[in-house]
Amino acid sequence: MSDAVVETIELTKRFGGVTAVDRVSFRLGERELRCLIGPNGAGKSTFFKCLTGQYPIDHGGGRVLIRGVDIGGLRPNHIVRMGVGIKTQVPSVMNGLTVMENLWLAARRTHGWSRSGAEVQRVIDEVGLGDIARRTVGELAHGQRQMVEIGIVLAQEPWLVLLDEPAAGITGTEVERLVGLIRQINKTASVIVVDHDMEFVRMLGTDITVFYQGAVLTEGHVDDVLADARVREVYIGNRA
Amino acid sequence: MDYAAVVVLEILYMISFIALVSAGLAIVFGMMRVINLAHGEFVMLGGYTTLACFRAGIDLWFSMLIIAPLVVGIVGLIIERLVIRFLYGRMIDTMLATWGLSLLLIGIVTLIFGSSAVSVPAPISGYRLGAYQMGGYNLFIIAVTVVLYVGMWLVLRFTRLGLIARGAMQSAEVASSLGYNPRTVYMVTFTIGAALSGLAGGILAPLTGLLPSSGGGYIAQSFIAVITGGAGAVIAGTLTSSAMFGTISQIVSFASGPVLGDIVMLALAIVLLRLMPQGISGRFFRNSQ
Amino acid sequence: MKVWPSIGQMRWGWFILGAAVLLAWPVFFDTSTPTLLLTWALFALSLGLMWGYAGLLSFGHTAYFGLGAYVYAIAVVNIGESTIPLLLAILVPAIVAAIIGAMMFYGRISDVYMGVITLVVSLILFKFMSATAGDKYVIGDARLGGFNGIPGFPVLNVPGMPDVSLFGVPLYYVAVVALLGCYLLSRWILARSFGRILVGIRENESRCELLGYSVPAYKTAIFSISAAMAGLAGCLFANWAEIVTPSVFSLRSAAEVIIWVIVGGLGTLVGPIFGAIVLGMLKLLLGEQTLIDNSLILGLILVIVVLAIPRGVVPALQAWFKGRARIRTQRAGHLRARRRIAAPASERTP
Repeated sequence: MSDAVVETIELTKRFGGVTAVDRVSFRLGERELRCLIGPNGAGKSTFFKCLTGQYPIDHGGGRVLIRGVDIGGLRPNHIVRMGVGIKTQVPSVMNGLTVMENLWLAARRTHGWSRSGAEVQRVIDEVGLGDIARRTVGELAHGQRQMVEIGIVLAQEPWLVLLDEPAAGITGTEVERLVGLIRQINKTASVIVVDHDMEFVRMLGTDITVFYQGAVLTEGHVDDVLADARVREVYIGNRA
Repeated sequence: MDYAAVVVLEILYMISFIALVSAGLAIVFGMMRVINLAHGEFVMLGGYTTLACFRAGIDLWFSMLIIAPLVVGIVGLIIERLVIRFLYGRMIDTMLATWGLSLLLIGIVTLIFGSSAVSVPAPISGYRLGAYQMGGYNLFIIAVTVVLYVGMWLVLRFTRLGLIARGAMQSAEVASSLGYNPRTVYMVTFTIGAALSGLAGGILAPLTGLLPSSGGGYIAQSFIAVITGGAGAVIAGTLTSSAMFGTISQIVSFASGPVLGDIVMLALAIVLLRLMPQGISGRFFRNSQ
Repeated sequence: MKVWPSIGQMRWGWFILGAAVLLAWPVFFDTSTPTLLLTWALFALSLGLMWGYAGLLSFGHTAYFGLGAYVYAIAVVNIGESTIPLLLAILVPAIVAAIIGAMMFYGRISDVYMGVITLVVSLILFKFMSATAGDKYVIGDARLGGFNGIPGFPVLNVPGMPDVSLFGVPLYYVAVVALLGCYLLSRWILARSFGRILVGIRENESRCELLGYSVPAYKTAIFSISAAMAGLAGCLFANWAEIVTPSVFSLRSAAEVIIWVIVGGLGTLVGPIFGAIVLGMLKLLLGEQTLIDNSLILGLILVIVVLAIPRGVVPALQAWFKGRARIRTQRAGHLRARRRIAAPASERTP
């Protein structure tokens, strides 16, 4: 019985004639923090969406196991109910509602009516949303909305966190804050981060998996992998 | 044998009826993703225009084939400039505003023509097919529909206008990169769509009594045919859905009466919409017009 | 979080005032037209709840209004006593809506398609009911009557006492209680998790799915509740009119309720009620003259509202009031600041 939190076995995802993910076998251990990197079109976002249930797993397209449970055929809300927190590539928040209302909806399912308020406050403090707590999310800057979405993920107290491009559109001290936040999350949950931003990935300083043309090129600690000539080659022309 | 021929002709007629009435809505929906709920009233206006011209002594063929599309096309242009163009991208709002326009048009027509039914005589009389009496005019309608759809396909396929139109169907950016202002393309499209609806109304005028409320019947059928056909390949889609609905509706009507025919058609529409959210063209005709 | 700013609070003061006016009305004025307006208001409230807060626009909501009316008429003709027919008039639309809703929402169709499907459902009912003339279209003792409908059925009676009928002023009070009750029910729903999740779904459906909520289940539930309210309104309408015809399923009826809600104000509960009463009154007044056709005015209003005040009259008024209040507060703030500057140093407190 495997103790992997996430495990994919020969996962394959095709769209028409294009094979976006090609027989990827992947393993994430308990309380592990892993980054998925790779150039555009490498298949990392597709892979991510197979984990979240946003893309259904094709017949004969391998298996995805979360804590040993085969999630083939499960819709995203079922997967989330298992204890998985998901942040999508494009910030997906309720723009017409305030930050607190967003957090409340996230907290409600797992904490019940009476404890949601306290949970919302806890997340506000932890993520540092105090200044904008009562503002309508639609009015916030992109970076702030990203942080709100992180807060939404936290409020559900998940044991597996999937983040798709959390550093997109944010710079400087905000990135440092994000790194700190992710390390904090990693104390209680396993985390997979998909991102392009090499600085950010280096700052996280953890193991990474490199995707290329739908398959895993190599895996290992970030410093070793980034020194690897093949990875450099794959990234020629991209920021590294 | 004769009965079979009659049945086939009736089915062809029904298919043509739906396809003809839906043509204008299909163009507008396919090109602009606009659902014009006043479409039925455009058809009705075509009928009334024909009636007015006929009463004024103008030749019936000229009224229904030239004047009706022209007049309704202009009405469409005015509506596009005054209302539709402010609502692009807002599909539900467009549906609501055009619903309001349909009520407005009904009101205006009632004001001018009164609310009792009027009629226009059919310019082609009937003929006999074996033991049965057939409406000759029905054949004309089938012919016109065929010509119309073939014409639309030819224009889209082989003319510059068609190329721009197909580009705009994909996206507004394509139209601009071809050097054409998408807003202008939309304006022209809506006008042509209105003209086609007017043409349908003019041609169909001799068949049923004209009422200000006739539009309601047309919009339901065309709406369903166009949406189930899907926005992808608008001509193929609308033709296919018209064929399907026309055939089933007529068969059921023959078996148990026209009301049940209508109801079965509507129920079928619901089933199809549920099963094929992109419409028939989305599912089957991904790469054609 | 006790209160959600995005949903708005129950204003008990206004509610009690409104209830008092409604309850005292019959003492001074005639109740016949007001009863009709109240049934329309309830119908509009049912759509406004679903559309404004859950974001679900049903183009054919009149199907459930009509079902309530027909189910009541058919049931009361067969049973003779009105309590069960009233309950059926609420339950049958709810069940039908649950079935159709589940089919639509679990199929994850887009809102445009929802509009089309719901419209087609009401069309089917209209065509079907219009064609049921003749003796063979009978449910129990009730002849469906086709285009002419079902006339002369027993009206509501005091539960358990079939001979004591509620007509005239008592019917008005039944309508008032129904409207106030459904308003309170709606407020209650919105104050609970259920209502808040619905608002979340309206704002971003896929995010709610990613929060673990079963979105189709919530949508089906509110669709069903809304249909039940519409059915109740239909039943009351049937009692007021004393006849039920297929026009309750007509495109005109479907359009009118949408116009009431959108003009009155999407996103509030009071807006649709207000829209129904004012536009309903307008329709009745216009109906009495033949100079300008009813459709024309209604159509013109709808077009103008969609173009100019897309959120409806009540929210526009609310925003206007908030704007004035803000200006007043700003002015008061400036005044205080000026006084502070002019005051001697010893009195200046930060």
